[in-house]
Formats: sequence, structure tokens, C-alpha cells
Amino acid sequence: MAEMMFWEAVRRAHDEEMERDPLVICMGEDIGVVGGTYKATTGLYDKYGPERVIDTPICENSYTGLGIGASFLGVRPIIEIMSVNFSWLALDQIANTAAKVRYMSGGQLTAPCVVRSPGGTAHQLGAQHSGRMEKVFMGIAGLRVVTPSNPRQAYGLIKSAVRCDDPVFINEHEIMYNMKGEVPDEEYFHPLEGSEVAREGRDVSLFGYNVSVHWCLQAAEILAREHGIEAEVVDLYALSPLDRAGIRRSVARTHHALIAEEAEPAVGVGAEVMAILDEECFYELDAPPVRVSAATVPIPYNHTLEKAAIPNAGDIVAAVRKMLGR
Amino acid sequence: MQRSLIRQFYRDMLLARQFEEAAAEQYRQGRIAGFLHLYPGEEAVAVGTLRAADPGDYVVSTYREHVHAMVRGIPPEAVMAELFGRAGGCSRGYGGSMHLFSPEHRFLGGYAIVGETFPVATGVGYWLRMTDSADAVLCYFGDGAVNQGTFHESLNMASLWKLPILFVCENNHYQIGTEIHRHSALAEVHRRACAYGMLGRRVDGMDVLAVYEASREALAQVRSGAGPFLLECETYRYRGHSMADPASYRSAIEVEELRARDPLASLWRKAEAAGWMTADERRAIEAEVTAAVDGAVAFAEQSPPPTELQAGVYARPLDLYRGAP
Repeated sequence: MAEMMFWEAVRRAHDEEMERDPLVICMGEDIGVVGGTYKATTGLYDKYGPERVIDTPICENSYTGLGIGASFLGVRPIIEIMSVNFSWLALDQIANTAAKVRYMSGGQLTAPCVVRSPGGTAHQLGAQHSGRMEKVFMGIAGLRVVTPSNPRQAYGLIKSAVRCDDPVFINEHEIMYNMKGEVPDEEYFHPLEGSEVAREGRDVSLFGYNVSVHWCLQAAEILAREHGIEAEVVDLYALSPLDRAGIRRSVARTHHALIAEEAEPAVGVGAEVMAILDEECFYELDAPPVRVSAATVPIPYNHTLEKAAIPNAGDIVAAVRKMLGR
Repeated sequence: MQRSLIRQFYRDMLLARQFEEAAAEQYRQGRIAGFLHLYPGEEAVAVGTLRAADPGDYVVSTYREHVHAMVRGIPPEAVMAELFGRAGGCSRGYGGSMHLFSPEHRFLGGYAIVGETFPVATGVGYWLRMTDSADAVLCYFGDGAVNQGTFHESLNMASLWKLPILFVCENNHYQIGTEIHRHSALAEVHRRACAYGMLGRRVDGMDVLAVYEASREALAQVRSGAGPFLLECETYRYRGHSMADPASYRSAIEVEELRARDPLASLWRKAEAAGWMTADERRAIEAEVTAAVDGAVAFAEQSPPPTELQAGVYARPLDLYRGAP
């Protein structure tokens, strides 16, 4: 088990899959000669050439659609959209073509493509580069959505996504590319469905995904150390389909639930988890479940206001203490 | 030109005309629902371009694609059954009029978002180049699609990477109800090709022989590795944009003028004058086509409906919640 950075794990997954299968290609803005804004495709251009590591023009909808069209015929494209904010421009091809073609063709055509894109608030990137779009993608029938919270998941999810016959959207995070974590030395395929218990506990379930898993882990540490509360942290790395059984299992152990998300609360991951808690865990719960979400604002540039817009571990600690009355 | 080819053009265009008129009748009777976009007037474009293509070429088309599908070899029964929403349809009843598919005929779909065919066809072209294929892809769109961003984005990439794509503009002069001079600063679509360093040409889209010849030349260019080609076919649709459109935005005189250039009638005049086709041969084709269209409707009527709602959304069924029953 070697430690590597998140971007190195992403790069390794690309490299292994491209080495294995000549029909695996990758494409995006500045991913080739430059090696990617986050270094995630460094060296691949020199190794595999310009035809398989495509530096695209800035035209998210059409180059995403190019990858999707090629995937109809057996190509396995890994399409990078430099910032998830730009993926609004590619929504037509992702939602109308990739996600629907299997169904509307009566099962005759499929779009086995991977779209990777980092989102989230990083360091004062301003309103148009701090978007969080997972809620948009997870509502699209025919599309799978996963979101890694560490290098191991990033590596294993990309590997599984490339080999999956469905289109898969991988929601990454801009601040995580330099995060270190252990990745198996041998080949590893992370499941595209399910959830992971990142920390065991008996008093409350903290559900998180992507960056909010880390807030939950920090909060669990504080709750244990300072308040004697043992929180269980559940990593919902799969957003579509969402692991309803995993949510039920955890709540059956703890009887309390909180969902932390970096996005605004309306129509989001938290709202979906709350609906599952209501519909499937109602009689297991000893207290009303709560959401810890971002403020409903475009993300401000000012550092203090930016931090105020996004929840943190302290918010989770406060919410748990209020829920448990401790 | 070969007599057999002339008769083929005539048969294809007559089948197209009669099939679409039968579809309109079935729509009026309530057997076809949703949006129905018909092709009468534009037959020479699909027939001329697709008869110039090779069987190995791929086709990406729009929501007005019944005729492209049939010229490509999808049986009229399978197209009509799809319009009826039946399991015998070429998309098993899941697609409908605007979403015909048949990979075995290399027909990669009808797409109903204007401008959506460009990126898809560009991806197919990219795959063809990656695999050193000698085949090409034909990408269809109307004049209304050329102001979408995808037109410019995709033509740029197709030309940049010299992809084997024939872009076929079916310029019928109306984007739904807005006449081309009211929606395009440059109404000569083919001239936009020069912006991307590619070749473009305009042809009389009411003349199947001219479309065929122009398509042969354009496809030879495309296959030579010279990159994509933009072929603008000037045509006209006799009906409204869809069955829901009474086409009140244009005059009866305009329609009559265009009908005088009808692609079927003008082909027959030329064929008769040149001795390419006899009246007996024409009557035989008419009888054959009428039987084919009647057969398509009969097939569609008896084809069962599809029953499976969830299968086919994903590669394997997922446990997807839909709330309480």
C-alpha cells in the first residue's frame, strides 16, 4: 500500500486503463501537452500520443459530445471538464445524449463514457468557479454519479467507470488534488454503488460525500474527544444510485442522522438523504434528522464571506450536540 | 446515369412521399401521437445523399428522419411500428418518430435537440479516423441548426482533425416558422465552411440527380483525407414544421411555386424524356410502393406494445426508488 496524492491516483488510473485498452482515450482542455490543470494527465501525451490524449478546443458541449459519439462505437473516453462550472455547457450532451441513448434506442446503442470534473469551493475562485453541481447530475436517469473522497476511491472509481457500460459522471474536488492517501499497489476496482463506513460509532450517523466526509471525520474526532459522543461517518461515494440500504443500516445502529453537504440545501444530496430517512428510517430515528448545508448564495470572493458560506466541522459538532442534547 | 439508379431514386422518393402521407393519416386517426415531422418536398436530399454513400458509412440524423432511415435500409414496417410506439419498431417502441435507431444499418439515430447531431457525428468521425477506417459519416441538420454553438464547435474540430464527415444541411428556409433571412445574418449556409478552413458547396436540393452527383464528389473529398465537407441542399417542405404547425407564416403562392419544382415530378419528366423509365415501369413502382406502405401500416397495427418500463435505463437494472406505489 503506497501513499500517493489524489492527482497521482487519477493519473495512475488513466495510465493503466490506456495501457490495457487502445480504445481508452482521454480528452479535455490542456490535458495533453500541458498535462492537465491539476496534473492528472501528466506524461500521458508523450506516452500515448495526440490521438489518444486529445487537447480539445474550448467547447465543452461539443467535445463532450464527440467523446459520447465515439463511445457509441466502442471507444471508452475519459472526458475531463476542467471545472464543473463549465459542465453546464456540456449538460445537453450528457443529459440528452449519453444518459438517454440506451433507453430511447431500445437498448441498441450505449454511451460508455466517463466524464470527470472538479467542483466545489477552493480558495477564493469567485462565484463562477466555485459551483457544486452534483445535485444536477444525480437527478438524471441513465447516468451514474460517483464522487471520491480520497486517492484510493479516485483511482478505483475511475478504473471501474472506464469499464462500466453506462455513462459515469465523476465529481472531484479542486482542493483535494494534493491530498495524500493510501492506494493499493495491486489493481483495484472501487464499486460504483454502495457506501463506506469511514469511522464506526454508535451515537449518531454522519453522512457525507466528497469533501464533506472530511468535515464529518473532523467533527467525529471532536465529538469523541470533547463530548463523549461516538459518531459513525458514512461516505456516500455513490450519489446515483444512492445507497439506501447503507443509510438504513447505519441509522439502525445509531438512531440519529445528519447529512453534511457543500452545496445549497434545496433539491440536493441532503434533501434526497432526508427523504430516504423519512420514508425508510422513520421509526428507527430518535430525533429529527438534520442537514448541514451551504448558504444559498453565489459563492462570494471575499475570504471571510466565502468561509461563512460553506459549512465546516464546527457546524456539524454544534448540530449533533443540539440533536443529542449533550 | 444508369437506368436502374434512376428507378431506384424514383422508388425511394415515392416511398418517402407515400409513407409520410400515410403517417399523417395515421396521426389524424390518433394512432401516432406526440410530434410528427414530415418530409414531403425534401425527398431528393435524403435519397440523393444516401444513395451516394457506401453501405459502410454511418448516418446521424435529426427528428425529421423517417426517410433517411428507410433509404438506409430500415424496413418501412419497423419505422411505422416505431411511430405507433410498438415493440416491432426500430427502437422497440421506446424512441418514437424523432428517435429512430438501427446500428445494424449504421443508422445512429434521430436526435430531437436542434444542433445535437454535430457533436455526435464528430465523435463517430473521430472513431473512424482512430481506426483508420475508409468509411465516412453523414451528418444531417436543418438551416435552423446552424446558429447553434455546436455547429461552429463541431465543424471546427472536424476540420482541425480532418475527420471524414459530410455535413448535409437540409436548408428548407424555415426554422420552424422563422424564415432564414430573419434568423441568419448569412443565409448562404455553405459559405460558413470557409470559417473553418473546409470545403462547402450549395446544390439544388429539389433535384435528386444534382444532389447525388454533388454528394459523390463531396464524399470522395471526405474519404481522401482532405477533411469534412459542408453540402448545403436548398429544399422546401410542403407541410408545416410538424403536424402541429399549420404553417400560417408563408403564402399559398410560395408553396405552389415550390411545388412546381417537385423532386418526384421533375425526375419523372426527365426520365421520360430521356427514355430512362417507361410509364409501365413507373406504374409498377407505384404499385410496389403502395403495397409496401400498406404493409407497413398493417404491420404496425398488429405489433404488440413494449411492456418493460425500467429495463434499459442502465446496462443492468438498478434498484431505483420511485416512492410509494
